Amino acid sequence: MAEDRGTPLVELNDISISFGGIKAVDHVSVDLYPGEVVGLLGHNGAGKSTLIKCLSGAYQKDSGEIRIRGQKVEINNPRDARAHNIETIYQTLALADNLDAASNLFLGREITTATGLVDDAAMEAETRKIMARLNPNFRKFSSPVSALSGGQRQSVAIARAVYFNAKILIMDEPTAALGPQETQMVAELIQELKRQGLGIFLIDHDVHQVKALCDRAAVMKNGKLVGVVNVDEVSTDDILAMIIAGKKPEHLAA
Amino acid sequence: MSETTQSSDSYESAANRAERVAEFEQHNRGFVGRLQHILHLNPSFVPLIVLLGSILMFGLLLGSKFFSPFALTLILQQVQIVGIVAAAQSLVILTAGIDLSVGAIMVFSSVVMGQFTFRYGLPPTIAIACGLAVGTAIGALNGWLVARVKLPPFIVTLGMWQIVLATNFLYSANETIRSQDIEAQAPLLQLFGAKFDVGGAVLTVGVVFMLILVFVLAYVLKHTAWGRHVYAVGDDPEAAELSGVNVKRTLIQVYALAGLICAFAGWALIGRIGSVSPTSGQLANIESITAVVIGGISLFGGRGSILGTLFGALIVGVFTLGLRLMGADAQWTYLLIGLLIIAAVAVDQWIRKVSG
Ligand SMILES: Nc1ncnc2c1ncn2[C@@H]1O[C@H](COP(=O)(O)OP(=O)(O)OP(=O)(O)O)[C@@H](O)[C@H]1O
Ligand SMILES: [Mg+2]
Repeated sequence: MAEDRGTPLVELNDISISFGGIKAVDHVSVDLYPGEVVGLLGHNGAGKSTLIKCLSGAYQKDSGEIRIRGQKVEINNPRDARAHNIETIYQTLALADNLDAASNLFLGREITTATGLVDDAAMEAETRKIMARLNPNFRKFSSPVSALSGGQRQSVAIARAVYFNAKILIMDEPTAALGPQETQMVAELIQELKRQGLGIFLIDHDVHQVKALCDRAAVMKNGKLVGVVNVDEVSTDDILAMIIAGKKPEHLAA
Repeated sequence: MSETTQSSDSYESAANRAERVAEFEQHNRGFVGRLQHILHLNPSFVPLIVLLGSILMFGLLLGSKFFSPFALTLILQQVQIVGIVAAAQSLVILTAGIDLSVGAIMVFSSVVMGQFTFRYGLPPTIAIACGLAVGTAIGALNGWLVARVKLPPFIVTLGMWQIVLATNFLYSANETIRSQDIEAQAPLLQLFGAKFDVGGAVLTVGVVFMLILVFVLAYVLKHTAWGRHVYAVGDDPEAAELSGVNVKRTLIQVYALAGLICAFAGWALIGRIGSVSPTSGQLANIESITAVVIGGISLFGGRGSILGTLFGALIVGVFTLGLRLMGADAQWTYLLIGLLIIAAVAVDQWIRKVSG
């Protein structure tokens, strides 16, 4: 599948990063094509979040290179990542607790009036529009996000990532706190964004979800890449085996 | 209701208003919960009530001796220096920092303004510009140490306090520049002390400056992206950084601006006391923190309003003058201020629970 699709949207080549001797990510290479969803799987502490944080600018890789549409890029902070149209939903959500949903959604990219003042009314109106699509039951527009439930907070973080027309979307366990209805809406959203040609990295512990939503799955263990498979060519048991055993099953290892 | 929110704009806002009311009832917050919520949204509400209450109380106790334009504006004059410094302190505390060097920066800036005029014979405008630049530079250095070297603000500014104060004494050779000399040769240095009468009320340039400063800062913090970033940085620096806020730059700007404001306080200090004295203003750091805390700004950062700080400074001023007019021992003032500080932090903790 990966052949004759032109240049990948993202290439993570030989990425390594360690924290005080622990190799959190150890020479990992993964790529991502436009209109593709690549799942990242692995046990807790496998290095999934750390890997994508090197792409989102939260961490600086120790070695390796990142290419966007074939061009080598330096991503030193989250603002650099955004300049490449990379948006991220962090596992920790990264919301400022005392600010309301709209202020969080637009934090760092406030809508301002001609005189340079923040336009709260416009930001709230936009927030209402996007939230209506993601979580129609959401009402707490004037509360600080610390007063929201875990799922509501997650909806705000998702809204922020999809609002700004990302080309590359990183979702680190985006539905972990969501109810079934909201999870379904996120699944539909992912499919819609995929149709629009976005490339999406999706970290998710739910193998069935990964099989349903992703084109390929990359499995990590102890910082290393176990392998990348096309989800259509494997069973959920195969993927589980890769996560647990840390190697590709016999019949897949070509 | 979800369908209605997607229809026309006016209909939408009407529906939302209804929702908001419903929200209150649903959560069955009761009066106490509602109060908590209101205070969370309007953090300067408590100090405003306390301020008005204390003015009313002393007004009733002392009558026109206290409740006169003259006495009330005297309070403004007495708090102007602390008020200006506390505005600087508020900015820093909103970022979850603290600035113990504010008083030292203020005094040293005033000494620079005075010495540059009298020792080197520079025109007062240049000397004042130099004083303002020195204050800004010291503040920026604080900010750089906090943001880039990642040292705790308490330690950085504790050290800077000592360094700047010692520099101040060494440089000035402990020498005071007399009021008469300033008046004769460089009256511009005393500009903030210029008084004007408005129907019995006596205002100074320093008082007007303090009020304008607080209102401008309150407006900027509330209505500009930069202001929102200041709050976000104090609230959760990591989340702010991941959201694309340049946290380090924001911090350095905040400390530098605090330094600049303290230098203005130094200029105002010359107007207030007439002379340039390297030993003045020693309590400014503690008094400014007191005003900020009583004003309801959270020491944990990210919450509070600079208007609250103004109210906090005025509360201290009202108690100080009121008790003095009543002939009470000055220690009663400190005792009451101490109680207010602890009460203010207790209220802050209680308000925090609304979001807990
Ligand atoms: N900032 C950090 N400092 C020190 N160690 C870290 C840091 N971030 C991650 N690590 C370590 O790197 C390893 C990988 O962590 P990471 O968060 O990437 O795992 P993960 O695959 O996302 O796990 P989970 O499924 O639990 O989210 C872990 O051993 C973790 O302790
Ligand atoms: Mg993770």
